[in-house]
Amino acid sequence: MSSVFELQNVSYKYDESPILQNISLQIPKTLITGILGPNGSGKTTMLKVLSGIYKPNDGHVRLNNKPLEEYSRPEIARQIAFLEQNNSTLLPFTVREVVEMGRYPWLKPLAALSTKDREIIDYALQCFNLIDKQNQIVETLSGGERQLVSLARAMAQEPKILILDEPTTYLDIGHQSMVMEYLRKWHEKYGTTILMVMHDLNLSSQYCDHLIILEQGKTVAVGGNKEVLNEELISRTYKASFSMIKHPVSGVPQFLPRFTD
Amino acid sequence: MKKKNYHLLLMGLILLGSILMTLSIGSVQVPVGITFRILLNQLPLLEIEQDWSTTQESIIVALRLPRVFLAVIVGAMLATAGVAFQGVLRNPLADPYILGISSGAAVGAAGAILFVNTANILAKIALPLFAFLGAILSLLMVFALAWRRNREAVSLILAGVVIQSFLGAILAFAVTISGTKLRTIVFWMMGSLAGNDWSNILFLMPYLIICFTLIYAFYRNLNILSLGEQAAHHLGMNVERIKILVLLAASLLTAAAVSVVGIIGFVGLIVPHIVRLITGPDHRILIPVSCLAGSVFLLWSDTLARTLIPAMEIPIGVITALAGAPFFGYLLKKRI
Repeated sequence: MSSVFELQNVSYKYDESPILQNISLQIPKTLITGILGPNGSGKTTMLKVLSGIYKPNDGHVRLNNKPLEEYSRPEIARQIAFLEQNNSTLLPFTVREVVEMGRYPWLKPLAALSTKDREIIDYALQCFNLIDKQNQIVETLSGGERQLVSLARAMAQEPKILILDEPTTYLDIGHQSMVMEYLRKWHEKYGTTILMVMHDLNLSSQYCDHLIILEQGKTVAVGGNKEVLNEELISRTYKASFSMIKHPVSGVPQFLPRFTD
Repeated sequence: MKKKNYHLLLMGLILLGSILMTLSIGSVQVPVGITFRILLNQLPLLEIEQDWSTTQESIIVALRLPRVFLAVIVGAMLATAGVAFQGVLRNPLADPYILGISSGAAVGAAGAILFVNTANILAKIALPLFAFLGAILSLLMVFALAWRRNREAVSLILAGVVIQSFLGAILAFAVTISGTKLRTIVFWMMGSLAGNDWSNILFLMPYLIICFTLIYAFYRNLNILSLGEQAAHHLGMNVERIKILVLLAASLLTAAAVSVVGIIGFVGLIVPHIVRLITGPDHRILIPVSCLAGSVFLLWSDTLARTLIPAMEIPIGVITALAGAPFFGYLLKKRI
């Protein structure tokens, strides 16, 4: 299996306290990979190291077999779209204007949008059912709709790799599964590699092909979701008791918290 | 797209109309029609039958026209600086005056006048550069003060207020000990467009043209910055470089204006906010329309300043602060 990212002995410190410790792993190409772990286990930091925002103190990150630091910022942006947790805009931009911003890495300075750019923007709006809302101000939309605008912006960026930091946090259960379904369709259509930090074990189990579980800056398990997920590991990592059951339809592992005796 | 260009055209027409009307207003009223014909007559190759007195012509052309043009240019400079500061600092309350940049520029300019021989033409040309040094120093001081909590809109403004009052004290001290070498404290702290000739206008033009072009060239980046610095970074933008370039251009605009007309506050705050209500937040149109609207705003403020009380000049900064400070209060209540 080929990989998009390869981490070799990566460590990252913040103010002398280690956030990531000696991590070596590969992120497989064209799969959906989930990063799980308790709060403060270094999940978001790992995304920032992978996208070149943080430079590791030690070790190497390679993107498509080339050291990450050899890429320029625009080169990275033409490969990777990154959606942060908080995706509000400061100014009252419309949905369409925000999605247009996704074209930035492909535009020459001062150049106007081409017909092709406009088609890509239209298509992204269509994919996320935003055509009717394209002239609305983003701030006036609900949290779930705003997340779709961010996804449409990421799609307009035409990335080969999509990185998301907790794409379903703060959403109700309906919007959570809606966002995950959109991501799955996107992935199936384009074979885009998706890497996301997740809090919800059950959603991760259903939608991810590959999981990385972090604890205190170290990997405790890496692999396919059925290999990785088990009652003992999850209870130990999250320091609480869980029962594992099979999803009645898909058969993937699902976790329910249980009382400790 | 086309609707947005229409805003630009409309604001251009408002500016032309305002120039014509404010030229006519004053202790001697000249009918607008006559003002228009006097102006046309100034153009080469146009022969217009003269139905006005030479007094009227000299009032319009020699007295009011330079002052009106100065208001147009300074208003454009301050409003453009305001849009740039708000966009790049991601702070709706940013303005060269509130951030203390204008005070820094005034200290720089006053210092240059005190310690350098300004009778020398080279020193006069270099005056904005000294003001620019002062502006940059004050900007650095504001950042240093606000650094710990610089994600908060208010702390940057608080730092600006502190630096502003500190530099204001230095300025007042310098003016006091300078005897007659510096212009009055009221000129520096409240600004004035009076007593200027064409040379000052010609001399401000290159600053406006160069800095405006530079800021406008980054309109797309300023839009993207409103998604947040990290998001801009992820879209492949060199955030730090662009921030520094835009901050330098906005500071230079402020410094050049202050070195000629003193400190005029709130223009850079009020104008972009009102323009944004009309055009929306897209900097591609916001920057040029704000630039024109800044001219209109300062033009009318100056007209009020010179005509509100007959035979007396109110400092223009009084007018802009009377409008601007309540506006700032309103924004503070509404936005934060």
